[in-house]
Amino acid sequence: MDLTLKIWRQENRTAKGRFETYLVRGISPDSSFFEMLDVLNQQLVDKFEMPVCFDHDCREGICGACGLYINGRPHGPDSAVTTCQLHMRKFKDGDTITIEPWRAKPFPIIRDLVVDRTAFDKIIEAGGYISVNTGGVPDGNAIPIPKKNADVAMDAASCIGCGACVAACKNASAMLFVSAKVSQYAMLPQGKVEAKERVKKMIAEMDELGFGNCTNTGACEAECPKEISLSHIARLNRELYAAKIL
Amino acid sequence: MRTLFSSSVGKKLIMSLAGLFLITFLVVHLGINLLLFMDSTEPFNIAAHFMATNLVIKVFEIVLFGIFFLHMIYGLILSVQNMLARPVGYRKANHSQKSFFSKYMFHTAIILLIFLGLHLLDFYIKSKFLGGADTIIIDGEEYHDLATLVIERFQIGWVVIIYVIALFGLGFHLHHGFQSAFQTLGLNHPVYTPIIKFLGVLYSIVVTLGFMAIPVLIYFLK
Ligand code: HEM
Ligand code: SF4
Ligand code: FES
Repeated sequence: MDLTLKIWRQENRTAKGRFETYLVRGISPDSSFFEMLDVLNQQLVDKFEMPVCFDHDCREGICGACGLYINGRPHGPDSAVTTCQLHMRKFKDGDTITIEPWRAKPFPIIRDLVVDRTAFDKIIEAGGYISVNTGGVPDGNAIPIPKKNADVAMDAASCIGCGACVAACKNASAMLFVSAKVSQYAMLPQGKVEAKERVKKMIAEMDELGFGNCTNTGACEAECPKEISLSHIARLNRELYAAKIL
Repeated sequence: MRTLFSSSVGKKLIMSLAGLFLITFLVVHLGINLLLFMDSTEPFNIAAHFMATNLVIKVFEIVLFGIFFLHMIYGLILSVQNMLARPVGYRKANHSQKSFFSKYMFHTAIILLIFLGLHLLDFYIKSKFLGGADTIIIDGEEYHDLATLVIERFQIGWVVIIYVIALFGLGFHLHHGFQSAFQTLGLNHPVYTPIIKFLGVLYSIVVTLGFMAIPVLIYFLK
């Protein structure tokens, strides 16, 4: 496959940034999107140019490090996959592919396509944990948990914190991420102890960091590689009302 | 409580409750408007008179204005914050939203706001403060002849067109707004949510066409 790539290049946080156009030839449809970018970067290195920076780690869809905004969609044209799981067979020979970084005020660009997602860590630090007194390992079935609740908690816990929800949302809202992180504890007895404080602090932090407000548009749910559902956002709302009012 | 309403979710809560109140109000409003299609103008004038003079309704009117204000002010605050949350936009827009009209809530809101001003000026202010409606006698009591005011107004083509455009705006606003309000309230359920979405679409179609029928039919029939 021969492809034209329009890629956002930005030297550092404060540089202005611009789109650059590159050509890559002979890409196998079976290669991954990142392998295609690796080919491009090798070309650039061979010409003594700076390679395009992009984030990735596991390259198997589990770590949440990767994330490119490809042709108007976070993680590209496939559904329920991360960028690292995207394959070139989703594109056609001769295509022009526009590659942009996540755009949101709380996610400043570090370089090229790499954004700083410390904001998510700050939200987690605000309350996305349970405090446990360490001791011996408790028996796995000492606290019975209904299967239904365990399933919902597990679904929520599959969020990898990639930020595609923020990137997709027209308001750059982090509600899907926060709702997943609140839900994964809200459904479990261990999480109930700190539930009220958790939801209040995490939402306060999210607002503080400058993420937008949810307008139930649903782009996050459509683009989330882990298919986190809007029902978690409804739960997040309920948790907050309960924490504030009751 | 104070901090609930200073949070993003709390502001949305106010918007959704206010929105649902407005949705209820529109049903009453439409019900009264449809009286215009009766053979005589009396039922409409009597209902309008009741709405304008009954003490309970008068209190409600103030509540209604307050709720409109809350809905608008929080809508504005949230929308501005949302615009600030992405100072540099994308070259390629994202189209994966599940609710199409959700992207245009602010745009339809502006249409509604402008329309609201015109509409209030047209009937509410004209009849209440400017003596725009004649007085008629029904069963020995004095009434404003609002029905005639309305019918005369809707003889003018461009007025009818403005109403029709604004009502499309309302329909689109409600198409997203109706179901969105329930999600904001925390109601999301595998069985009930699809029902709510269906009712929302039904409501927005019925209300839009219902209100639209009034200027359009008056223009062509009366
Ligand atoms: C009869 C008139 C109206 C009704 C019934 C109505 C109803 C609603 C409802 C139910 C929502 C969804 C709330 C939520 O998601 O929680 C909404 C959203 C909104 N409304 Fe209205 N509204 C009306 C008029 C207006 C007016 C006049 C304005 C502003 C000038 C306005 C501005 C907004 C905005 C900006 C949103 C966006 C929030 C979002 O995107 O979710 N609305 N409206
Ligand atoms: S909710 Fe989905 S899109 Fe958002 S951070 Fe988690 S995995 Fe990524
Ligand atoms: S690199 Fe780990 S999820 Fe993509």
